[in-house]
Parts: sequence; structure tokens; C-alpha cells
Amino acid sequence: MAERVFMKGCEAIAEAGVRAGCRFFAGYPITPQNEIPEYFARRMPEVGGVFVQGESEVASVNMLYGAAATGTPAMSSSSSCGISLYSEGVSYCASARLPVVYVNVQRGGPGIGAIQPAQQDYLQATKASGNGGFRMIVLAPATVQECVDMVYEAFELAQRDNNPVLVLTDGVIGTMMEPVVLPPMKTDEDIKAMKAKFADKACTGHEPCKQHFCFPGSVGTGQEIANKEAEKMYATWDKDVRVEKYLTDDAEIIFAAYGISARISRAVVKQLRAEGIKAGMIRPITVSPFPYEAFSSLDFNQVKGILDVEMSIPAQMRWDIDHAVQGRCPINECRRSGGQLLTNDQVLEGARQLIKEVL
Amino acid sequence: MAEKKVYEKTLGVMPDVISGFCPGCMHGTVHKLVGEVVQELGMLDKLVRVEGVGCCGLGQQFVSHDVIIAAHGRACAVATGVKRCSPESLVYTYQGDGDLASIGLDETVSAANRGENFTVIFINNGIYGMTGGQMAPTTLIGMKATTAPFGRKVEEHGYPMHVCELLSQLKTPQFLVRTAVDTPQNVIKTRKYIKQAFQNQIDGKGFSLVEVVTSCPTNWGYTAKEALTFLREKMFEEFPLGVYRDKDKEEA
Ligand SMILES: Cc1ncc(C[n+]2csc(CCOP(=O)(O)OP(=O)(O)O)c2C)c(N)n1
Repeated sequence: MAERVFMKGCEAIAEAGVRAGCRFFAGYPITPQNEIPEYFARRMPEVGGVFVQGESEVASVNMLYGAAATGTPAMSSSSSCGISLYSEGVSYCASARLPVVYVNVQRGGPGIGAIQPAQQDYLQATKASGNGGFRMIVLAPATVQECVDMVYEAFELAQRDNNPVLVLTDGVIGTMMEPVVLPPMKTDEDIKAMKAKFADKACTGHEPCKQHFCFPGSVGTGQEIANKEAEKMYATWDKDVRVEKYLTDDAEIIFAAYGISARISRAVVKQLRAEGIKAGMIRPITVSPFPYEAFSSLDFNQVKGILDVEMSIPAQMRWDIDHAVQGRCPINECRRSGGQLLTNDQVLEGARQLIKEVL
Repeated sequence: MAEKKVYEKTLGVMPDVISGFCPGCMHGTVHKLVGEVVQELGMLDKLVRVEGVGCCGLGQQFVSHDVIIAAHGRACAVATGVKRCSPESLVYTYQGDGDLASIGLDETVSAANRGENFTVIFINNGIYGMTGGQMAPTTLIGMKATTAPFGRKVEEHGYPMHVCELLSQLKTPQFLVRTAVDTPQNVIKTRKYIKQAFQNQIDGKGFSLVEVVTSCPTNWGYTAKEALTFLREKMFEEFPLGVYRDKDKEEA
């Protein structure tokens, strides 16, 4: 029977990583995600894995690069200003086509910002997490259960594509406790099979002249060829797009929100429905690839307005929604940032304003 | 008359690839020594090179073993990940002075202080070679660089940085040595040091670093012969050759 336990988001993320087969973790302390490295520090010795507290985020992500180059399932985590320092290593992993998983438990920004939760790294996460125009699948959980499921799945996706995968969450979900069903523990055999899948690339030593290379770049025309190969892989991601459409069938007002903002929006949608207002929500689950279709295919004779709900000023996901909607209905924003949480009342007020304007 | 083989090229470098190093550069000699000693240790098939960014990059097509290219300065962090995950591999970083002592100083010192069980081959040529002769942390006082066109000045740039001395302040490292390959005697010595640095890794003794003080005729603006003189007269004066740490000797 599946195990049901009560866990804090960050610890659930770490346990899901271990169960997914992660056997190397490196990270540097930063609030609000310290429970992730702390959990790995305790847990890794129990499963024969490696935990290293890096001297910086720069070092940690480069350790991850080295670990992944040996074919070892590896992950890391950080928060916002720490994630900025991951740009280098993640770009190198993308370039060398290494399967790594990392988690951003977002806090306020820019700069050192605020240690409280925020959603201010959306564009960085989905569009340019480092130099060179690479792309990643970015998963955005809204519950601790989704954190668990998505970290688990992130390893499969990373290994399928040999590409980094980012789980984009925030300081609310990372620090709250919820009951979760934990996925099965990958066995040593499973992990061996994962390594075997990477064996033709792994750099662990080979007979002279039969060497393996881990190259995050290339000379001559090689780099452009690598870019085209990567583009082909990105083009296969249409099937990976995931989105939740909540009460959208007859909705005249659509909330657009991911992660923690989607939880708050859901409560408000329910409240409006109780009042007889036809409200619904589109919740991107993969924020990259983004579910453009969910927005572009709306019936704009029925949908009168969209409320983009984000903990970011200025709004960021708004860019993607705009791109899909192309001006076919008004889009209002409901936002907080810098570590200030959205409240139900504030989202309700934002919704009432939109209703007044468009209904 | 029966033929007696007196020299055989190491299997540690590709049999038919010509290296891209400049005339008078000493990278080639060091590559050869790494190949030779690891071949002697019977570990060529376990050898993983974590390569810094700089002229060392010209070696990537030249060696016959696994190569992981690290980001500039991050070789010691990357090697940490590699060795921790694959302890049976024989791991070394190969880095220049800009890579190891400027952009990557944190990674170097921290890996040394954790006592990571890999080998560092550090080429100190007192200059940024690959990018065309900019000032390095090891550039000598008065020495001209493209970013110090009037020569390195103490008031502006401080004194050259001494990596072996710096690391010898730490308690953890196993083996720290500064050496050269300018004469046959020095080549033989360096060969011995590199072998010890790899043997230490095989024996699980922890962090070993071999600093090789070399010339860079191209970016120093000298002929190969002039560069040798400068190396011996100026570089060795600032960077005294010798063993800075050998825990085996201390314990004995
Ligand atoms: C992040 C980053 N910054 C700068 C560079 C450019 N760069 C390439 S090699 C190099 C200097 C290398 O000098 P050194 O480490 O002394 O090695 P050498 O070429 O002299 O052997 C620099 C600055 C880079 N590749 N990456």
C-alpha cells in the first residue's frame, strides 16, 4: 500500500528525490529551502548516496555537472538569488546534455530581495535560466503532493531528454506541511539501469583512444549542430504540456495562476461560483512548455476577461498569457511581490473589479 | 644488430594527433608526463581529466582518455562531483593560473580544504595565455600584460599570488609541490611528483596539487630561448620550486 505521511514541502521534495534515484546532492544554504540540503545530509548516507555542502551555489551546480557526467542521478536546490548563480552550471549542463534536476523555492527579489515567498523568477525560469538560449521543462507544483510527484517525474524527464529539468515552487509550498503519498523507492537495480542508459556518455575512465567526452561547447560548426539537435528535442515537448482547467467550460471570467497563486485563486473561484458568477481558472502545470493552447483556444464570445494572479510586480506570466490571447479579451492583473502574500480578499477584490469592467 | 627500444610514446596521448601548443610552450611535456605515469600505474582506463578553460583546452583533442570540460575556474568543483560519484576513477584537474587562482580560487581552496581525493595539475605561466596575454594573479611585478600595459604595479595590483604557499596554510591537503620542466633533471623530478600525486589518490590520501611553473613565449613576447632565461631568472625567484606539503614525510 502507498505510504501516506505528513510532510513539509522542502522535506517532501528531498525524499521524492531520493526515491526517484537521486544519489548526489550538492547545495548551499539559503532560506526558504534549507530543509532540502539538511534532509539530504541526513538521508544520503542511508541510501549510499553523496551529499556535499558546496562552498557556493556556483560550486554546487558545477559539482552537479561533474556528478551527472558520471551518469549518477543528481539534483540540487536553491532559492532566487542563489538560482542566479546556477545560471552558469545549468547552461553548461544544457550544453553538454546532462540530465540534472534542480528546484527553485522562490523568494522575493530582485537582488537579495526578501526571504519570504514570491513568484518573481518566472521569466528567468521559463525563458533564460542561463546564457545561450537553451530551454528546459519547468514544472510548477501547487501542493506538497505535486512537489513530490513532479520531482519524481523530473528525473524521468531529465533522463529521457538528457537535459536539465527545473521544479519551480515558492516559499509557501516549500515550508508548509500537507499529507502526501510518497512514490515507490527506486531500487539499486533501477538506479543501475539509469546509469546503464547513460553509459555510452559517462566519463568514468575508458580504454585509451576509446575515450568519452563531456563537452559543453564545440569548435567550428559543431556548436550550431548541437543547437539544432537541442531544438529538435524541444520540439517534442508539445506532448509534455500540462495544464489544469478548473470550471472553465462555461466560464466568463478566467483566473490565470500557477503554484501558490493558483491555490488562492481556486478558493476565490469557488466563492464566486457560490454567488452565481461564472468564474473558472487555467492553471499552467508546466510553465515551460507553456500551455498557450489552453488560452488561445478559449471561446472569446463567452470569456469576457482574464485575471492574471501572480506574486510578482511587475507581472511575468502575463507575457505568456498575452502571447496566447493576442488582445482578444481584457486581461487584468492581481499581484503582490517582495515577499508579500496575496490574500483571498485581495484576489476577490481584483475579480470584482474585472467583473465590474467586463460583465 | 638486435634493436633495443629506448623510447615509446605514452598511450595517454593520441597516437596520431599533433598538439596545438605554441613553440616553446611546456604544456606538451606535462601532458606526456601525466600519460606516462598513469600508464605505469596501470590506470589509463580509469583516467578522467577535468579540464579548466585556457590553453589547457588545446589538450582536449590530444589526450586519449575521458575529458570533462569544466566552466572557467570550476574544475575543482566538477572534479568533486566526479570523484565522489565515481571513486574508482582516477580523476585529475588540469588548470592554468587564471582558471585556478583567480576565477576559481574559491573552488580550489575549498576542494583542498575538504581534502577531495583527486589530483590537480596546475600550470603557472604568469599570464592569461588563451585570451591573449592579460594579467594573471601570478603575473610578476613589472611584467607587462595587455591589461597592465605599464607593467604590474604593487600599488595597483598587489603582489603575485603564491598558490602552494596559500594552500599550505590549510591543514587538510596531502601533497603540495612546485616544480618545473625546463631541464631534463626537472622533467624527471616533475614526473616523480606527478606520480606521487596520482599514487596518493589511489591510496585515498586526499588532495594533491602539482604546480608546474612554465613559460609562455607567445604572451610574454619572447623567443622560446629568451623565455627560458626569464623563467629561470625571474619566475623561479618569485615562485621557489620545492615541496610545500607532504604529509607522508611529516608523519615519518
Ligand atoms: C566565465 C568565463 N570568463 C572568461 C572566460 C575567458 N577566458 C578563457 S581562457 C581565460 C584565461 C585563461 O588563463 P589561464 O587560466 O592562466 O590559462 P592559460 O591560457 O594561460 O593556460 C579566460 C579569461 C571564459 N571562458 N569564461
